[in-house]
Formats: sequence, C-alpha cells, structure tokens
Amino acid sequence: MSQRIPVRELADSFRGRASEALADDQLRTNFRVAMDSLMKKRADAFPDEDEREGLREQGNHIKARALSRLPDLLEQLEEKLTDNGVKVHWAETTEEANRIVHAIIEARQGSQVVKGKSMVSEEMEMNDYLAERGIECLESDMGEYIVQLDGEKPSHIIMPAIHKNRRQVSKLFHDKLGVDETDDVNELIQVGRRTLRTKFMEADVGVSGVNFAIAETGTLLLVENEGNGRMSTTAPPMHIAVTGIEKVVENLRDVVPLLSLLTRSALGQPITTYVNMISGPRKADELDGPEEVHLVLLDNGRTGAFADAQMRQTLNCIRCGACMNHCPVYTRVGGHTYGEVYPGPIGKIVTPHMVGLEKVPDHPSASSLCGACGEVCPVKIPIPELLQRLRQENVKSPAEQPKVKGGGAKYSRRERAIWRFWVALNTSPVFYRLFLWGATRFGRLAPKKAGPWTDNHAAPVPARKSLHDLARTHLEKGEGQP
Amino acid sequence: MSARSNILGRLRASLADTRPRPDDFDETLVTGPWQYPPQERIKRLRSLMEAVQTELHLVTSESWPAKVEALLEARGLANLLYAPGTDHGRQLAAHWQAGGAKPELLAYDRPVEAWKEDLFWKVEASLTGTVGGIAATGSLVLWPDRHEPRLMSLLPPLHIALLKASEVEDNLYTIMQRQGWSAAMPTNLLLVSGPSKTADIEQVLAYGAHGPKELVVLILEDA
Repeated sequence: MSQRIPVRELADSFRGRASEALADDQLRTNFRVAMDSLMKKRADAFPDEDEREGLREQGNHIKARALSRLPDLLEQLEEKLTDNGVKVHWAETTEEANRIVHAIIEARQGSQVVKGKSMVSEEMEMNDYLAERGIECLESDMGEYIVQLDGEKPSHIIMPAIHKNRRQVSKLFHDKLGVDETDDVNELIQVGRRTLRTKFMEADVGVSGVNFAIAETGTLLLVENEGNGRMSTTAPPMHIAVTGIEKVVENLRDVVPLLSLLTRSALGQPITTYVNMISGPRKADELDGPEEVHLVLLDNGRTGAFADAQMRQTLNCIRCGACMNHCPVYTRVGGHTYGEVYPGPIGKIVTPHMVGLEKVPDHPSASSLCGACGEVCPVKIPIPELLQRLRQENVKSPAEQPKVKGGGAKYSRRERAIWRFWVALNTSPVFYRLFLWGATRFGRLAPKKAGPWTDNHAAPVPARKSLHDLARTHLEKGEGQP
Repeated sequence: MSARSNILGRLRASLADTRPRPDDFDETLVTGPWQYPPQERIKRLRSLMEAVQTELHLVTSESWPAKVEALLEARGLANLLYAPGTDHGRQLAAHWQAGGAKPELLAYDRPVEAWKEDLFWKVEASLTGTVGGIAATGSLVLWPDRHEPRLMSLLPPLHIALLKASEVEDNLYTIMQRQGWSAAMPTNLLLVSGPSKTADIEQVLAYGAHGPKELVVLILEDA
C-alpha cells in the first residue's frame, strides 16, 4: 500500500453528488435505518429532560470557559505534558503537521503505523502523506479499516462505514483479503480482528486522536469501544497523538459532564467500553506502553474561527455526531455528498474556516434550518444561527469585507440589484402602488420561464385584483362588520 | 516566528479586552442523579455490565482463586497471565501451587518486547485487580503499574478482574475526588465497561473487536 490510495470518483459539486446520492436507494436505506436507530438511542439515553438540559448548559459553560482562556490553557497543557515526559509540537497548517509527524517517525526509522480513529488525521490526509513517503499507515477502527480497504473516506465522524451494509463489507473482505463471503457480522468482525492484530504487534508507531486534553494534569483522554485505540496507544513503542487546539479543557473534573454528554449523544451509551487516560510514556520501571509519546497541536483555521466571537462557538464541538444523526439533509444525501472531512451540520460550520467558504459555497444553504441540530447539540452550538451567518458571509461584496475565510464567493451584482429593487419597492408607498397597478393589469405578460422553479411548477401569474383591492372593496361594502 | 508563538499570538489578540469566563462548575449536576444506597450500588453495576455481556460473580476474598480456576476449566483454557508482584497475584500463585493439574500460570515479569508474540497470540486469559468500580455507568477503574502492566487487560481474549465491593462508588465524579486522581495521575488510567465491542457494520453489536472477547468480574463481597 505504498501508492496513493485511490478515492472513488464522485461528482465534483455538492449539487451533483446530492443528485447521485438521492438516486441511490441502497445508500438512502442504509442511512435512514442507521440514523433512525441512533436518534432513538440518544433519546433513550436522556430520559429526564431537566437532567439533559442542565448537563447541556454545563457542557456549554465548560467549553466557553476553556475557550475564554485558550492560550493560557494550551501553555499549561504543554507544560504539564512536558513534565510528564510527553513532547508537544505545534502546527499552523496540515502540511506542517504532516511534516512534524513524518519527521518523528523518520527519527525512529519507523515504517509501519497503526491508527486509532482520528478526524484530525483525516483533515491532514496523513495516510496519503505518509504512504507517499513509503510509510504504511493502517486504520484500525473497524469502520475506518473497511473504508480504507475500499479506497473510500469516512461518511460519518463516528460511524465511518455507515453507508455500507454487511453484504457490501463481506464482498469487500472477500475481494481484498480472500476470505469466504458471509452474512454473519460477528464473523466479519473476527476477520478484521485477526488481520489487524498482526499489525498492532508489528507496528513501530501508533497514531491516535484525542477527545479531551486536560490542562490541569497533562492528560490525553480517548474514548472508544473496540480497544483499537488502546492498542494503538499502548502496543507500539511510540505513540503520536494529533489534535485540534480546541480540545483542551481546564480541569480533570470538567470531563465528567462532557464524557457523559459525548457518549450519550453519540451512541446512546452511558459510557464507552474504554475511557483511556494517558498522562505520559512508559516509566523506567514499567514493562509496557510506548517509550515515546508526542502530541501535535493543530491550528488549521481554528484561530480564524476563534477571532470571530460568533464563529468561535464552532470550537465548542466535541465531535459526537448527534447533529448529523438528526439532520434531515444528511440522512438523505449521506456523508460523502459534502465532499469534505466533516459532513453534516457541524461540517458546514467548521469546514469554511479550514478550507475557505469559496470551496464549499453550497454548504450553508443545504439546510432547511429546521433547527434539529442546534436542539440536540450537547454543547449548545447554535448551528442554525451560524448557518445563517455563513449565508450572509457568502454573499458579501468585496467592499463589505467578508470576515469568514473565502467569504463573498456567492456575491452577485445581479442578485444584489434585484434585492435593492425589492427593498425600494416595498419601502416606498408610491412605487409600490404603481407596481401593483401594473402587475394586476399586465400580469399575464409575466415570463413563462422563471429559472429552475418552472422546471417542476407552473409559472406564477399575478391575480387581477390585489389583496389590497379586495380588502378595500370588502370594507366599503361594510361586510364582515360585527 | 514559530508556529507556537503565531498560534498563541493570534489567540491572545482575539481575546484582547475580554475576561475569562467564571468557573461555575456545579457538581450536583453530575452527582445528584447518580446516587445510590450502598446495597443498590452492586446491583446497578451488575445490571449495567450484564447488559453489555459481562459476567459477574459474587465471591469472597478467600474463595476467588478457586473461582478463577473453575472459570478457566469451564472454558478449557491452557494458561493465565497474572501479576506476580501484587497481593492478589501472590494469593493466586499460592492457590495454584496447592495440588492438582491447573492451566499454566504466566507471570508478566519482563518487558513486552521480550515476549510480544506470545502475549499477542498465546495468552488465553488474564487476571488483574481494579482500584474501584462505578455504579452509575457500570465501569471498572484500572490503574496499571509496573506490577500489573497495561496490556494485561487488553490482549488476552478473556479478562478476569477482581473488584472489592467496598470500592464501588456512585459515580465518576465521586471516585475521582475520593481517590484524588488529579493530584497524581498514573501513566495510564482506564475505565473499562465491558468486553471490547463494535457496531461499525450495520450497527449490529459484535463483541471481541480488538480487546478481550469476554470480561468476567469477580466481586469480593467481604473486601
């Protein structure tokens, strides 16, 4: 696997991919079934509304407090980790983060990497970067392993292979690993277990993400069910953790409510099978654990989001995925349609800071603003509000100086002129009456084609009498009086 | 300029003229709904752990080594990894010496590098202690150290854990405070709440993903 992993070809625009996804019955069924089940599990995990709301409020306060002291906490985290024997690195861009990771691996002459699940490493496209330099980088989370084997990208941040059913996985294992096909999920998992166990044993480096970095104690906390995260961070002689700068919290006690919110919101579990708290490399007298532990802190646009008090709230995110599970758009079009690392509602509000709004101009409007995402968010990110803000940033003229990276991509003079006309029409009584007079008399001259609307609908024809006219006649006749 | 100073500089500039938010952490939110009378704690821990396919047995501080032997025998296992430098390790070894053919006892007494292949493929079961349990979530707290290394609770397909009934606390917050975790975190601190599992294919729950396929908890009622 030394060459670049081919990623399946999809249409090159959000709209194109959405049309493809909507026409794929299998994909839609896979997502519908999964999302319904995840929504139910979350609801069952929070039977008491008051308890849930109290906890969400607290989650929000903990993250807001951490962000309000972010530079201090990052320094404290670095100091504590350094005292504990962990080496801390800083990267402004994904390119820089990849270079750091590569240099660390080179210094140890490593050639095999096993990875626990890490969305930040997806941001970095670390697998490709290392593969191009002759280092095998194998995903070890079952879902990640499946999508990597098929040359795909994850379609959900906590359920990477949610778009596939068991038959598709069985066929994949048969084709790639030469095992017999089976409909038994247990057997499929055992195939993954056997294959990956050899890799855990042989790997010189384990890479993982971080769920919470605790400044007070210098601890990296990871949650998982499979044990692959523990394997990746314990079995190889070196562990490299990569994380975004927003993952730091102040105190160990702060993770108690956040952990509860995370696992219940994500999977409806009271807790994950493993909560793995790492505070340093193997000590001189210990018999296992990595001899070296590194932490790479990545910016990649986060300081840009941080600079805007409203958009800063995107950094509250604890990556539970509840917003996508509850999103009517995500459920229908699936994760790959978004074409970026983070899909769904959260993806729409964090991606612009990383890649620029001009690269994802359709994302903010691919939403019905139904509000479900904001309602379920465990740290109360007002996602619909931020989507509206991005819609505004999207159409700002250069003179209006968009504040979000890549803003103004959808600015159109024509659209702006139409809106100016609309505003003038509705704020000037004379102009408005004149328009009404014309519309009611010459309405049938209105164009029969009105953009995409008339592809599926009849063109609107203004009525002969306006509502104002009808009301006036009605009142003059004295009808409707008590 | 280094990445570090650039990042910190940008963050500081964005925070100019702002004040840190107050620490309004309210512990009752994470303790209030999760309190149980002492006799209920074990019951709750048990039902939550059984719901995720964990086997639990009530034993005594005298009888547990015999139970371990019986568990291995029932499964026809050939060996057991143990920690010879711990109290429970010594008690187990003493029981093993007293008569009868038993599965082989393997001591984790050398660095992982010295026998990695055996640890990954040959060891069939392990026995470890715990430093407590959590009733609210059905969790064990493991505090690996030089006597009882981390991989013991991860590599063998069967993991047997000893839990003292008196060390089961109501919730994570309580046990964290009572044991003073934040003052002295070990290299690796673990919460374990069942055998390894995954639902990555069609959300169908499958046990034995990468860690132990089976978790057995022996609750020492008199300890």
